[in-house]
Amino acid sequence: MAIINNKSPEKDRRKFIKTAGFITGGIVLTSALKPFKIMVFAAKEPEGEGPWYGIGIDIEKCIGCGNCASSCKQENDVPEEPFYFRSWVEKYTIMENEEVIVQAPNGGIDGFDQDVENEDIMKSFFVPKMCNHCHKSPCVQVCPVGATFDSPDGVVLVDQEYCIGCRYCIQACPYGCRYIHPEKKVVDKCTLCYHRIVKGLPPACMDVCPTGARIFGDLRDKKGDLHKFIKKHNCHVLKSHLNTGSKLYYNGLNQEVR
Amino acid sequence: MPLQIKRLLIVFAIVIGLFLVLRHFLIPESFGEEGHYRFLAIAENAALEAKYQGEESCKECHNDIVELKLEGLHDVISCESCHGPAHLHNISEESEDILKPGGRDFCGKCHSLNTARSDDYVLQIDIEEHNKGKNCVKCHNPHEPWQ
Amino acid sequence: MDHVAHLYEALSKVDGFIYPNEIELSWSILIVLYPYITGLVAGAFILASLNRVFNVKALKPTYHLSLLTALAFLLIATMPLINHLGHPGRFYELMITPNPTSAMAIFGFVYVWYLMVVLLLEIWFDYRKDLVIWSNEKKGIMKWVYKILTLGVMDISPKALKWDEKLGYIITVIGIPSAFLLHGYVGFIFGSVKANPWWSSVMMPVIFLFSAMVSGIALVMFVYMVVNYLRKQKIDMLCLDTIAKYLFYVIILDFTLEALDQIHRIYEAEESFEIISLLVSGKLNFTLIIMQVFIGMIIPLLALGFMQFYKPKENVRKFIYFIISLLVLIGIFFMRWNVVIGGQLFSKSFYGFTHFKLQLIGSEGFLMGLVWLIVPFLILAGLLWLLPPWKKSHTEESSN
Repeated sequence: MAIINNKSPEKDRRKFIKTAGFITGGIVLTSALKPFKIMVFAAKEPEGEGPWYGIGIDIEKCIGCGNCASSCKQENDVPEEPFYFRSWVEKYTIMENEEVIVQAPNGGIDGFDQDVENEDIMKSFFVPKMCNHCHKSPCVQVCPVGATFDSPDGVVLVDQEYCIGCRYCIQACPYGCRYIHPEKKVVDKCTLCYHRIVKGLPPACMDVCPTGARIFGDLRDKKGDLHKFIKKHNCHVLKSHLNTGSKLYYNGLNQEVR
Repeated sequence: MPLQIKRLLIVFAIVIGLFLVLRHFLIPESFGEEGHYRFLAIAENAALEAKYQGEESCKECHNDIVELKLEGLHDVISCESCHGPAHLHNISEESEDILKPGGRDFCGKCHSLNTARSDDYVLQIDIEEHNKGKNCVKCHNPHEPWQ
Repeated sequence: MDHVAHLYEALSKVDGFIYPNEIELSWSILIVLYPYITGLVAGAFILASLNRVFNVKALKPTYHLSLLTALAFLLIATMPLINHLGHPGRFYELMITPNPTSAMAIFGFVYVWYLMVVLLLEIWFDYRKDLVIWSNEKKGIMKWVYKILTLGVMDISPKALKWDEKLGYIITVIGIPSAFLLHGYVGFIFGSVKANPWWSSVMMPVIFLFSAMVSGIALVMFVYMVVNYLRKQKIDMLCLDTIAKYLFYVIILDFTLEALDQIHRIYEAEESFEIISLLVSGKLNFTLIIMQVFIGMIIPLLALGFMQFYKPKENVRKFIYFIISLLVLIGIFFMRWNVVIGGQLFSKSFYGFTHFKLQLIGSEGFLMGLVWLIVPFLILAGLLWLLPPWKKSHTEESSN
């Protein structure tokens, strides 16, 4: 302490300028080395080998048959009752008077009727929904025991042997993609049919889709179908303001869709 | 150091020690190998059986129908889209869980008029008016529609 | 079919559009109780600290009572939480593999810290001398119970007691931020859910903390009056008036903070504003406007405020205090209800509401909740029998 007090003010000033110079220079240098990157899409693939899966959904192609939702239930032992879905279809009807009607009766499994007059409709479309397999998933973030996780190939999975059933992940998912399995008492969600894609089969919902409205693919593969899909279309992710790093890219997504 | 602190330190040491021992035995195998999760869970997820088995498996016995379908407008639609998963049927031919749907409601799920459906991807008819009361498959063979 | 019958009923009462998985509420009455009970703990403890650290002498008669009340509620604080899990048997996973990014995972450690390092230690230092005396006086099993509780430290020389006093004080000082941590943290569990605009607010931990203090103080007030009534002892009116004064101040703070939060929401009027205003004016109308704000805040605030200027007769005051403490306890319960249940009534699509009716029986039913509210009072009775504050020797006061 005493030594510092004995220093001349001149010396102090010189030291200050020197330090300040170092700090400013440092900031300029680091920002030149690592410029701020703006991400084109919500999620940038991490370094690594092997596939890193993402999904593309073409809203224009969806005809609302509900095959995806029903096949998903069959493939993954999802309970039949209309409260449990890994995958479903919503119908948006935007009326001429700007009223928005959203419907998903039984997740779309039984098909959709049109119950308003054609003339009153401004536009109408189907939105297939499933887990967004977010790269920065809120559900993975909040799981207290590590029972849900982002696999190295970019699929958000659940360890049903380890899940305690606290339902915090259900609260954290902004897209409503999770539910508690009434018999297993653990959380259940879309796995992108992990057991199928590792065997080279497409996920059940994509296998049975009559129009190919849903595709999945490796985001690291710059020549792959999914990359072409994102390149060709103006794609959006759901609720981008929440910064979940969603890897489900929609073509033709209206801003009314939430 | 007063006796209280010494005694409490012993108690805390026992509690923490017990916790560490329990933790050692309770942490499941493969936990934390890749991230904060049980790495074996990935293999367990992957090991589940696929129920929709794909067109190739249908071809083995029903090649003629698959060929017929591939020539028509329903060419891109997989067999199991309408017939349901082939999993059990492939294990035993006797299995009766293969669906043979027909009827106006079923076909209408894709083909009934609906503003939300794009004409570019599906032909739509007015299901209320078009040949009232008749089953669609009476006139249209779903394996070769429009023939 | 039976277990989903109520879901079919809810499905028929869905208002607007909700995601199909949102019909069933994930968190029900038990998760309403969890912040409620931890709040009571934190609040009761802070009241005790007022006496010890901030030296509010008038609160002396409730010091030990507050500590034991806090302990009684803390002992079961985890029970509603474990009870509501799909797999209660897997609860230990929270302790052995806590996910560092999860707000919920840290609960086990915050809880253990608060229980073992703060509350039990403070009570132990405070009662050690009496435990030694009682273990000498009593016979049979109780002699051994007290003996074990002393952990074998039988020294009650003035020097050793001085250490008890000093260490107890240090623990209380550590305890205040710990109590803040315990409950602010519970608020963070909700406040950090960005998917839910009703929860996601930086104010949440602060609001939880202050409402915890409100409920904890009211609880001690209530317990003090009931215990003295049962023991047919005269109530120390100075003490009661002082508690009421602090309760008044804390309610003002809590009210201001909650009002600020709501005003902020209304003024910013973000994307979620429409659905939230519909929620408040519709589904939460009764529980929020009437129960939480009017019954739980406005009436106690007016009554307590009035009594800062004009003091009615003792008997009238006692009666008013008793009613106020009950109203506040009910009001804060509904505050937790409105946060936990209210946050799940509207869809995250912001296009509609689900329907919720509390079941009477079942693991998430009303009766189960009632059990977890009654058990802590039984534990408190047991603690008061084991460690009666009124039988403590009073030599320490001379050293103060």
